[in-house]
Amino acid sequence: MATKWLLSSIGLVLSVLSAAAQSQRPQLSNPSLQPVLAHYAATTERIAVDCVSTARTLQQAILLLIQEPSANRLDEARTAWRAARIPYCQLEATRFYEGPIDRFESFINAWPVDERYIDAVEGEPNVGLIHRTTDYPILTKDVLVGLNEHEGKRNISTGFHAIEFLLWGQDTRKDGPGQRPYTDFLPPSPHHDRRATYLRIIAALLIEHLEWIHSEWAPDKPGNYRSLFLSMEPSQALAKVLKGLGTLTGPELAGERLGVAYETREQEDEHSCFSDNTQADLVQNVVGLSTLYFGKYPPTDGTTSDTPSIHSVFKAYHADSANRLNTAWSQALEAVKQIPHPFDQAVLGPNDGPSRRAVKQAIRSLWSVSDQLAKSAAELGLKLKL
Amino acid sequence: MSLCCFVAPNHPASLLGEDPGSVPLRSAKTGTVVDDTVNAFGFAVETLPSEDRPAFFVGKSFFNENWIIAPGSPAARDGLGPLFNARSCSGCHLHDGRSAPPSQGAVLTTLLLRLSIPNPRSNQAIIPEPNYGGQLQTFAIPGIRPEATALVSYHEVPGSYADGDTFTLRHPTYRVTELGYGPLAPETQLSPRVAPIMAGVGLLEAVSEADILSRVDANDRDRDGIRGRANWVWDIRTKTNRLGRLGWKAEQPDVYQQTATAFLEDIGITSSLHPRESWSAKQSKDQPLPAGLDGRPEISDKILSDVVFYARHLAVPAQRDVDHPSVQRGQRLFTDLGCAKCHTPTLNTSPSASSPALRALVIQPYTDLLLHDMGEGLSDHRPSFHANGADWRTPPLWGLGLIQKINGHSTLLHDGRARSVEEAILWHGGEGESAREKFRTLPRSSRHDLVAFLKSL
Repeated sequence: MATKWLLSSIGLVLSVLSAAAQSQRPQLSNPSLQPVLAHYAATTERIAVDCVSTARTLQQAILLLIQEPSANRLDEARTAWRAARIPYCQLEATRFYEGPIDRFESFINAWPVDERYIDAVEGEPNVGLIHRTTDYPILTKDVLVGLNEHEGKRNISTGFHAIEFLLWGQDTRKDGPGQRPYTDFLPPSPHHDRRATYLRIIAALLIEHLEWIHSEWAPDKPGNYRSLFLSMEPSQALAKVLKGLGTLTGPELAGERLGVAYETREQEDEHSCFSDNTQADLVQNVVGLSTLYFGKYPPTDGTTSDTPSIHSVFKAYHADSANRLNTAWSQALEAVKQIPHPFDQAVLGPNDGPSRRAVKQAIRSLWSVSDQLAKSAAELGLKLKL
Repeated sequence: MSLCCFVAPNHPASLLGEDPGSVPLRSAKTGTVVDDTVNAFGFAVETLPSEDRPAFFVGKSFFNENWIIAPGSPAARDGLGPLFNARSCSGCHLHDGRSAPPSQGAVLTTLLLRLSIPNPRSNQAIIPEPNYGGQLQTFAIPGIRPEATALVSYHEVPGSYADGDTFTLRHPTYRVTELGYGPLAPETQLSPRVAPIMAGVGLLEAVSEADILSRVDANDRDRDGIRGRANWVWDIRTKTNRLGRLGWKAEQPDVYQQTATAFLEDIGITSSLHPRESWSAKQSKDQPLPAGLDGRPEISDKILSDVVFYARHLAVPAQRDVDHPSVQRGQRLFTDLGCAKCHTPTLNTSPSASSPALRALVIQPYTDLLLHDMGEGLSDHRPSFHANGADWRTPPLWGLGLIQKINGHSTLLHDGRARSVEEAILWHGGEGESAREKFRTLPRSSRHDLVAFLKSL
């Protein structure tokens, strides 16, 4: 009898204590999430707008190059390509939850590009769609899109890296990017006209896909993804946001893009292998991630406590975890910035050399963010599987 | 390529059903992951230590991304072809899942045809077709002729359940046309094969031989009509006969040989195990092997070992809806009908399995990993080692209920002919005939219960 009383009084004490702990913690409520999700959608839309406008600038530079090929115009097209990468790499933070970007991601950013399938490569001047005039007398958008389905799953030769290949050519040198000469777009370069046509088609296709993504995030468009996103169960929408952030950070950047190249030491196992733009891409990926996490666009230093963002949710719910995550994001951004350019050289050399140590540090810090995101999500009652 | 999932904060699925004699599941590691999203087959086992993440992710990358034609800038990823069926493992094993056969009249893309000519001696390895090899590759790199085009057509045969409900069984016929290298040898044997799921292959590999062999009953000593047999196959690396356990006829002894062989035959990627392209003398006479496709193995030992590591450490999704009454009734029926005699519910992985993360797990694959005669209707008439045409390894049933979500189809059996769980059961002949008849004569509600149970796996 005495034991029972003791046990039940202990039980009472414990429940009082836990209630006290609970009452200090604000409830994760739907009303508190609404402004966060609205701000996420608005921020994503602004990034998407920039994707479209930089892709249009790229298209203009390509058209100028085709009209009157010159070294200058090739340079400008390349510069425009690099500029278009910036917002797209930021937008990648919205992948992995079957949102708009996932619909066309494989058309926009597929890797590796099958170079020999598109154009001549070292030692083989007559290969590629560009040179196969008998099989493909005319190159059109429909021909290219149709080919993707025909020859087995996913032989996609459109998007950023296909454009990159046509602007830079194969990266066959150890110490620099591809060296395609502007004369590849002039006679007597074999099928220079078809090369130009191919480039023009895929530049237009890129804009088409990015415009679609933008329209899905645009405000006041009933039935588009944004309207769906903002009317679903808020904790579900939040879970998608976190899934996107967590998957890009950990498995995709740390695991795949950095991790695989670090492990294999394969010089060209990098996404922007023709232009050597990989390190810049990585930095923009992390900028995009932290932009959507902290809710600032364009990103500025520090955050204000009244920006409705994932950060503000975590901070209100569990300040310690939020602070840890805050630090982890800064460290990750700093770490990717520290990776020496070009990335394909950075993974070479001895493990205790400075460049490999920098890559390893970036991998470590990105996993820290990803793991901490999962922990913080769990504290909110959401489970992120990585 | 997504790995995250969001699990709604309801109940964590209590892992597995009751199995008399199994270790209490809360204290046992099971190799499962609690996830029912499109990525449910692609997670690592929970026991994988974080220092093994790099190997897992390198493997995942080389499993998922396309191989390109040599010479390509990322040199580690070139070497596709000259002949191939797919450009990547994920091309057929999408999301680490299973592929579907083509529809009526369509060209084979994610179903392949194995080839052979009859071997006069029994219990031997297959003899490849002289000009086309052991597998028909219907795609080729530009400038090379593909081996052939293959098409499927189906005809349906109606049947009925004892209670009057009807069903049809879909019988496939394959036609090979546009042969690129001359006629096929007379008596060429064809075996159609879809890609089975990847999840769990390492768990199956980790079951001890003794455990598997303990269920062999070739002479049906216990008179239950079931005669599970082992397939003894050739291990290329050790040059010995070993127990086969992976693949539709248990022709592969381990994940390494399965993977390296698939790289060669399905994608045209050479390795230390298979240093030469699958390119016959006739094919060489017609067209020399393209430059860049001879010499060094196209997949390095390290990367191959990482792909094997990846495959080996894939977890299986935990059972869902365990407490649902229909599922529980279905589970009892599964035993009552005799399904469990071949589809063994529980196995244990060896405490001395080569990977520490896979040791001493209690797994629920619903397979004995043995060969069974499934009757003439399912025969491919193509013996392989100790498996006859009608012999098939009991396939594992884990993940069955998620195939629709993950791979967008519900086709089953070695050639995907069955369009549903029911149809797969109704195709059971030979040793499975008695269970099939019991199913066919069940009332509708009981049939639904059994199917509900199977879909919870």
